Amino acid sequence: MNLATISLAYLKARSLNTLLNIVLLALGVATIVFLLLATAQLDQRMRRDAQGIDLVVGAKGSPMQVILSSIYHLDVPTGNIPYKQALEIAKHRAVKKMIPLALGDSYKGARIVGTTHAYLDHYGAKMAAGKRWENVLDAVIGADLAKRMNLKLGDKFHGAHGLGETGEVHEEHPYTVVGILEHSGTVLDRLVLCSYETVWAMHASHHDIKDINDIANQLNEEEKEFTALLIQYASPIAAAILPRYINNNTDMQAASPAYETARLFSIIGVGVDVLRGFALVLVFSAGLSVFIALYNALNERRYDLAVMRTLGTRPRTLMLLLLFEGLLLALIGGALGIVLGHVFTEVLGHALRMAQQVSVTGWTWVSAEWWVLALAVGVGVIAALIPAWRAYRTDIAGTLARG
Amino acid sequence: MFALRDVHHAYDGKTVLSVPQWQAEQGAQWLMLGPSGSGKTTLLHVLAGILRPSSGQVSVAGQDLGALSASALDHFRGKHIGIVLQRLHLIDSLSVIKNLLLAQYLAGQSQDAGRVREVLASLDLADKANARPHELSFGQAQRVAVARAVVNKPKLLLADEPTSNLDDARCMQVLDLLLTQAKACGATLVIATHDQRIKARVPNQFELGAARV
Repeated sequence: MNLATISLAYLKARSLNTLLNIVLLALGVATIVFLLLATAQLDQRMRRDAQGIDLVVGAKGSPMQVILSSIYHLDVPTGNIPYKQALEIAKHRAVKKMIPLALGDSYKGARIVGTTHAYLDHYGAKMAAGKRWENVLDAVIGADLAKRMNLKLGDKFHGAHGLGETGEVHEEHPYTVVGILEHSGTVLDRLVLCSYETVWAMHASHHDIKDINDIANQLNEEEKEFTALLIQYASPIAAAILPRYINNNTDMQAASPAYETARLFSIIGVGVDVLRGFALVLVFSAGLSVFIALYNALNERRYDLAVMRTLGTRPRTLMLLLLFEGLLLALIGGALGIVLGHVFTEVLGHALRMAQQVSVTGWTWVSAEWWVLALAVGVGVIAALIPAWRAYRTDIAGTLARG
Repeated sequence: MFALRDVHHAYDGKTVLSVPQWQAEQGAQWLMLGPSGSGKTTLLHVLAGILRPSSGQVSVAGQDLGALSASALDHFRGKHIGIVLQRLHLIDSLSVIKNLLLAQYLAGQSQDAGRVREVLASLDLADKANARPHELSFGQAQRVAVARAVVNKPKLLLADEPTSNLDDARCMQVLDLLLTQAKACGATLVIATHDQRIKARVPNQFELGAARV
């Protein structure tokens, strides 16, 4: 027998009430934990995918669309830009590194990205099997995609025109899987990668191509197009020069990933705030419920409390007993909520992976969760304060004389 | 052993208790008699250290209760005074054995399951150790209440109207039980009662109504 076992015995004695309080608290905590996990991972993924990319150059249109389509491969591109202009940008003294992207095709919903090996190097990609592409129609597959589509080295598949699931299939030129990437936690995990010449070849099918590997020399200059250029600045001063140069002197547009992702997060942030508010309401109604439960329990237990006093309990101990019950409810509810939050996140993350969006996992821990647990415990203790004070002030002789 | 001297208690300006003097030797067995409303329960609470009288001196087992701080009094009560309340008030969320362990724990004693089983056995309750109070008959519950009062081997055992609502046979059983248990732990026994049936059994009697102002 000690305070903990007495508290537990009382919680067990009114198990339905206890369950209600725990569930309420757990749901609130779970929602907050889910938000923490999801936003932290989203934020981390978005940062990692955009890391080292100072500027994205694409066709005129929405700058956010340019960023979403070329860094995160989520939205459709704004259009294409001419090869010649891309080369000029690459030669600009403010540019340290330029990675071209040619988009437009997909395989069962996964995007096919025509680019250079620099794109792989940028994300530090390592091969899990096979090698990087050398020839036109060689394809390297991201880790998640390879797993989901069950693609292996040497497999052949046909790309479809467009980024949806229903585009016209390019029957004449099958891709060959020559490499599979290691999981990197970046956007590469869910892409099909190949040389940009491959993408050109796919869209130049009306030509009579003799040697497909020599495609670059057989196309007119106007037919050679990129979708976007990922640019790393040579120096900080470039930020002041290059975007203005591009926006003023070309019919392309420059979009800043840092600025656009910040804008995106401020839009998502409203939804996050609403959910967080909802979660806090849940937590505080749990607190209220704990308060009411303990307060009512005081009435049922006034004789128990008085008897405990006759058995030698100090008022302080009765107060601790009530506080302990609040604390115990909060700890159980909080812990259950944290577990639930992780499970929610994992289930949602699983669904998102199926839809091959940005992946989220429930099997990580963010340090802010300690604060959520502290919040739950704080609510439990505060809810128990008034009942505990009343227990402290139990009038033994008066109570016993009445009963 | 206990001694009361010039004990008065007033409630809302009205005197509800007045005891000029009452002394008992250690191990003595007393009845506290008086009609309903004569202040028996109040006096019992004063003896138990639950209620501090408005004035007067109360000492139990040589200890002046008035000299103890609130928390020292709580501790003293837990350790040296056992009370059998009229309505028993067992803790229903806990099993019988846990009710007794609780009494040891709250009195600041070490929890001695051997002592608890010994007391339960002496009250013929060994097979009820894991029962919950609401599963017991009144007689069994009353014996548990006695067990709880004596488990810490008190110096003073108090019982409030233990035989009211009992038939003659049971009345004597309960009385025997209190007398035996008090003797077993060497406690001074005070039974507050208005039950005429038990008068013949306990020679030491303190009449309350007569002492009232």
